[in-house]
Amino acid sequence: MPSGIKDKVAILGMGCAKFGERWDKDADGLMVEAFDEAIADAGIDVTQIDAAWLSVAFDAQNVGPSGIPLAVGLRLPGIGVTKVENYCASGTDGFRGAVYAVASGACDIALALGVEKLKDTGYGGLPVRTRGTTSDMIGVVGSAPGNFAQIASAYRAKYGVAPDDLKRAIGHVSVKSHDNGALNPKAHLRKKIDIDTVINAPMIAEPLGLFDCCGVSDGAACAIVTTPEIARSLGKTGLVLVKAIQLATSNGWESQSTGWDGTYFHTTRIAAKKAYAEAGIENPEDDISLTEVHDCFSITELVTMEDLFLSADGKGWKDVLDGKFDSDGKIPCQIDGGLKCFGHPIGASGLRMIYENYLQLLGRAGDRQRQDSPKLALSHNLGGMPNQNVSSIAIVGLEGA
Amino acid sequence: MTVSTTSPVGILAFGAYVPRRRLQRSAIHAVNKWYAPGLGGSAKGEKAIGNWDEDPITMAVEAGRDCLTGLDRASVDALRLASTTLPNADRSNSGVVKEALTLSDQLEATDAGGSQKAGTSALLQALSSDQTSLVIASEQRLARAASPAEMSYGEAAASLLVGTGDVIANCIGRYSVTVDFVDHFRESGARFDYDWESRWVRDEGIVKIAGQAIIDALDAAGVEPSSVTHSAIAISAPGAAAKLIKSAGIDPKTLVDNQIATIGHTGTAYPLMLLVAALQKAQPGDRILVTSFGQGTDVLVFEVTDAITKLPARLGVEGWLAEKVEDTNYQRYLFHRGLVETETGMRAEGDQKQPGTTLYRQRKTVLGLVGGKCTETGAVQFPKSDISVSPNNRTQFTQEDYPMAELPVRVVTYTADSLTFSPDPPTFYGNIDFEGGGRLTAEFTDVTANDVEVGQEMRMVFRIKSKDTLRGFTKYFWKAAPRPTSQRKGG
Repeated sequence: MPSGIKDKVAILGMGCAKFGERWDKDADGLMVEAFDEAIADAGIDVTQIDAAWLSVAFDAQNVGPSGIPLAVGLRLPGIGVTKVENYCASGTDGFRGAVYAVASGACDIALALGVEKLKDTGYGGLPVRTRGTTSDMIGVVGSAPGNFAQIASAYRAKYGVAPDDLKRAIGHVSVKSHDNGALNPKAHLRKKIDIDTVINAPMIAEPLGLFDCCGVSDGAACAIVTTPEIARSLGKTGLVLVKAIQLATSNGWESQSTGWDGTYFHTTRIAAKKAYAEAGIENPEDDISLTEVHDCFSITELVTMEDLFLSADGKGWKDVLDGKFDSDGKIPCQIDGGLKCFGHPIGASGLRMIYENYLQLLGRAGDRQRQDSPKLALSHNLGGMPNQNVSSIAIVGLEGA
Repeated sequence: MTVSTTSPVGILAFGAYVPRRRLQRSAIHAVNKWYAPGLGGSAKGEKAIGNWDEDPITMAVEAGRDCLTGLDRASVDALRLASTTLPNADRSNSGVVKEALTLSDQLEATDAGGSQKAGTSALLQALSSDQTSLVIASEQRLARAASPAEMSYGEAAASLLVGTGDVIANCIGRYSVTVDFVDHFRESGARFDYDWESRWVRDEGIVKIAGQAIIDALDAAGVEPSSVTHSAIAISAPGAAAKLIKSAGIDPKTLVDNQIATIGHTGTAYPLMLLVAALQKAQPGDRILVTSFGQGTDVLVFEVTDAITKLPARLGVEGWLAEKVEDTNYQRYLFHRGLVETETGMRAEGDQKQPGTTLYRQRKTVLGLVGGKCTETGAVQFPKSDISVSPNNRTQFTQEDYPMAELPVRVVTYTADSLTFSPDPPTFYGNIDFEGGGRLTAEFTDVTANDVEVGQEMRMVFRIKSKDTLRGFTKYFWKAAPRPTSQRKGG
């Protein structure tokens, strides 16, 4: 086991654009909006950045290929820019690149920026696109809600959960996120909803209704990272340090072999175990202060609680209904509204989650600030579909946590 | 005309396919009667219609599978596909059927068309050869809304395996007439038929050409008219078939039900559909008269043998007739056949271009649903890959071809997706496991919410995956469908 990333890299500054239907801006404008906040927070000059990572998932629909759009958008001083596309895990993966660059000593200061313009397609939801030439011949062109909805069918069957009970539990996931999003000025959706609205909403992909699905948004978020020593030398105190970053990528076992039963995310379990080990966390339920997980759909968040070992297998739906993950619960989940309400500009989402965790750890989260002094915060992305995906986990925390 | 009564070549097996949906003619008439009240008389019964993802190729595959049930596919030397509605003008349609049926590459394959008697002509061609030939006739004709043809036409496919060996029926007479009698026509590339007056067709065509041919055929073959026990006459004009055989001295009670009330006129497949229906009811020693009609006629006489009692069970016309879903959604039918322009939305705009290179490299995977089976571990997977997906044994280059289309499958996960574009919403799909190993994320077709549950058993069917409308290319793949009732194991 390698020694890992724990405490080797500090977050120097972060920024996040207002998410939503940003009819007013191109991707460049969103990048500038997030970057201006981050560089002011970092207190450095752009010439001090040694390398950058740009995360975009649907580049064909917005910025186009390569790292050039970031270099041009921010007029970066001729540094290397790496383009990252790894489905919905793109943002966290870009962060990983920047963090690893600093940890290796190759860079003193690195930038990770994620951006997505999804509202230039002409329709709601994610753009329809190819998954490669083989998939075009033998794959199913389903929607994202259709792919994730299948988890519910298997979960109900395995644990004998009545359809109405599961529908109510995933409904609570969304009601909670809307409550949280209402307190977040940068969130895409800021209106509270009640459980009846969720349950009676039009069906998108059985059993997921309209309010079981996250928003598709425009947005950008970014992080500037450095070593703890450099951060201190720049006058920073109360550092937020990277405790763990792990990625797990499906190799076809879930989708082509017969061992996976469809009720959980195989990759998330692998990534979670490795991340807890890297961060030195033995009991996540007690040690993790709060989480930002990939709630692309309500059912995804529910089973992710089990995959992160914050709920026992088959018990996640009861924990959700008991309020364990509400903003005033034992381990708040999506205290900023999550993908559901903050919004989901794909390439930016992983960095948006880290941004929220960073604010919460520093006590800078305003009306939605968790009051019990959070020390360790976990973020999680899931890109792809339940049977074939990329799962990423980042844990950030205060010095000494 | 030649008459053969001594050839050892005969029918070895039969099969059929009738799509599940049976469009109620009353539902058609309810919409159109303001305009065409005269069609009220034919607004009875139902016609078989395929789903949006079915065409003459996919229906032919189903009929071929039914025919080859329990038989060795490697024995097939030739494939004779007949239809006037094949989707490709210059890409072997039978070649696609061959790939789906995983028949040998060393196969003789022909597409026959041009006339309503192409089905019997393909059968005659097979009977003239000592090859083992799979003969399939499949038809999906379009008709204008509110036309008599719309009421009449049904969609189905019939199949016969022809060769030597344990024949279930010997051909004891054959007789053909070809004459350019244009009762209706359709130019190449045209969508609809143009029909001449039905009274002229009946009096000058049916009676004089087909009627006389039956008399001459029986006479030439030395078959006593009274010895015919089943008359499979592919003429749907009311009363015409009965009149013909009566004139030939055959008992009208031998007339095989003309399937108009249940399936419709199935074009080139029609005479073979009637023949298959007759074979399903026949006893050893029975004699079956088959007559097609289209710019002449083919008349064939078969004598059933004892071997018919040993043929492995299959669905045939009778089995598929029972697999029916009554359909009153005439508007859906019009949409599926491109007879009405329906808004499909931006999600349907994706480019469906098919690289010829990738399809050729993976033709067995895509068209034949051939996966891989590890020669060391026995692990099955789809698709085949250089390195095994099995986590317990990282074997490399150990998989051999493993056809999976006939394996039962079970649902592992599913959804009903209302967001993604489908001509038949909602789109049902999910993960399925094959019996004995292997998994696929598959689209489900011909299902309703009641047909799908975790653990539900289904079967794979060859269907249209999508169409590249920009370039005119149809993409096919396999989907999961409900098992016919008679094939269900229960549970």
